[in-house]
Amino acid sequence: MTTPGMVLHFSVEGGDFAAAGEAASKIKKALRKIGIDAGVIRRVAIAAYEAEMNIVLHARRGRLVLEVAEDKLQVIAEDEGPGIPDVNQAMQEGFSTASDLAREMGFGAGMGLPNMKKCSDTITIESVKDRGTKVVMGFDHR
Amino acid sequence: MKIRYHSVVLDEEKCQGCTNCIKNCPTEAIRVRGGKAVILTERCVDCGECIRTCENHAKKALSETLDDLKNFRYRIALPAPSLYGQFKQGVMPRAVLAALRQIGFDEVYEVAAAAELTTYAVRTYLEEYTAKNDRKNLPLISSSCPAVVRLIQVRFPGLIPRIIPVEPPYVTAAKMFYRERLPELEYSPDQIGLFFITPCPAKITEIKTAIQAGYHVDGAIPFLSIFGKLQEQVEAGEKVDAHPQSTGVGIGWARAGGESVAVKWENALSVDGIHHVAALLEEIEMDKLNDIDYIEAMACPEGCVGGALTVENPFVARVKIRKLAEAANDKELPPEVAALGAKLYSEDFFRSQQDLPAIPALQLDKDLGVAIKKLEQVEGLMTKLPGLDCGACGSPTCRSLAEDIVQQNAQLSDCIFILREELEELASKLLLLSQKRPPALGQTGSEKEVAKSESQESLGENRSPDDHRE
Repeated sequence: MTTPGMVLHFSVEGGDFAAAGEAASKIKKALRKIGIDAGVIRRVAIAAYEAEMNIVLHARRGRLVLEVAEDKLQVIAEDEGPGIPDVNQAMQEGFSTASDLAREMGFGAGMGLPNMKKCSDTITIESVKDRGTKVVMGFDHR
Repeated sequence: MKIRYHSVVLDEEKCQGCTNCIKNCPTEAIRVRGGKAVILTERCVDCGECIRTCENHAKKALSETLDDLKNFRYRIALPAPSLYGQFKQGVMPRAVLAALRQIGFDEVYEVAAAAELTTYAVRTYLEEYTAKNDRKNLPLISSSCPAVVRLIQVRFPGLIPRIIPVEPPYVTAAKMFYRERLPELEYSPDQIGLFFITPCPAKITEIKTAIQAGYHVDGAIPFLSIFGKLQEQVEAGEKVDAHPQSTGVGIGWARAGGESVAVKWENALSVDGIHHVAALLEEIEMDKLNDIDYIEAMACPEGCVGGALTVENPFVARVKIRKLAEAANDKELPPEVAALGAKLYSEDFFRSQQDLPAIPALQLDKDLGVAIKKLEQVEGLMTKLPGLDCGACGSPTCRSLAEDIVQQNAQLSDCIFILREELEELASKLLLLSQKRPPALGQTGSEKEVAKSESQESLGENRSPDDHRE
């Protein structure tokens, strides 16, 4: 029997580069506290970081949600933002719609979604133009 | 929990129960309980940060003393390279080596000399690793600072495989002594005492733990405890040469960045200070630095010259080390050292014998399900706690108090803000009760008012006039 999951929420502000990465870092710390395997933590942390950066770079605001059950982990990134017009295109390495400012800061390499896909075991992306995006990433840790 | 040996301990008499140390510990390993600091041994990495922070000098390092030399017939000092930076400008290593002989050692084997062999080994390991591994698991991390190694075991277990499996220089010094010098002496190994002259408590702990595992070094003596005696002898002006004699390459290891300069690895990064190291390890864990090959990470500010058991100001010592190293050829390993290094490397002489398990001291529970429940409780408590991280409860942060409560090592009312709220509530209840009178006595004026306000169900409006809360 699996225990009912634990759910943690972390809000993320669009354009707030000073705080960017904090949500992913808190997720990492939480997983470390409960003794999740270091390799899994690494994958989750990288995927969560990329998701968080996408919100900071593209959206107005959003949040990361961490759900932990004994056998499964889930990170959900939801935002209010422009949405992704063509998800398939966005999944290609090197494709980016990041602003010049973001690129100047070293972001916008077009590796965000591909990295999230690489690090997670399952990923689904729902996006509505001018409304926002929801990415759900699953990780097996048993 | 298994109790681990630690060099860093508390001097109860000196501890005033302040909260300076708990705030500065990189593994949140200190609590204040009953007016005294308590070190959680499972978590402590012996970095010595608390020794540095404590204004009452209540944290100290257990170590050997010169008295322990008596237990051995033949005594060897293994001085850390950073020792050379502790004396006045112009004091050369040869004078320091002579001073060590004067205070009771029969022989000196420079760790700086061994550091040159280590230099060769680290470089060769890096060459081999980067040649055959497709940039996976990079950067590698130097093994020379034991506090960093332990920090990785406690806080970053995923990075354990990245620690370069080359023994730190003092171990190589000891092994070289046994290999090269012992056969020439008429003493048996148990008559010979090897003492590392140490700038930090982390090395003491490492040596102690290694002795338990049947290792080569017999003890460690801090700079601080023998500096006065050495200083006297240095002033007497005698000098001796050591064999082998170190060059600037080995001496340079004493300062942050010295190791990567010695190893001459272009794509390397050097970081010092335990909190900076931790921040960098976080980045490495997130795969953000995988374009770098090699990280030299030192727990102490400015490297070993900043050790918690040193005498000289770290910044001053660093400059002295740089000057000494430059004066003694810090550019290139002497060819005979490189040749010896190559021979030993082919024999696997440098390979670390230490087992480095993950130390799950920060985990809430061994059982995942229980740990998840506990974390939920922690998150619940976090909504109640003020989030000021004041430390007055004796835990370093509100979050660590929440964890301590969940682990039943503290209670919610340990928070002075919660306690204040509880008292306030109690006080207002008391006030109400005190104004109640048996019906037979009839209501007083104030009681009538209380009854009125109670009927309004709004206690908040009945505060004293100077307590405006709109």
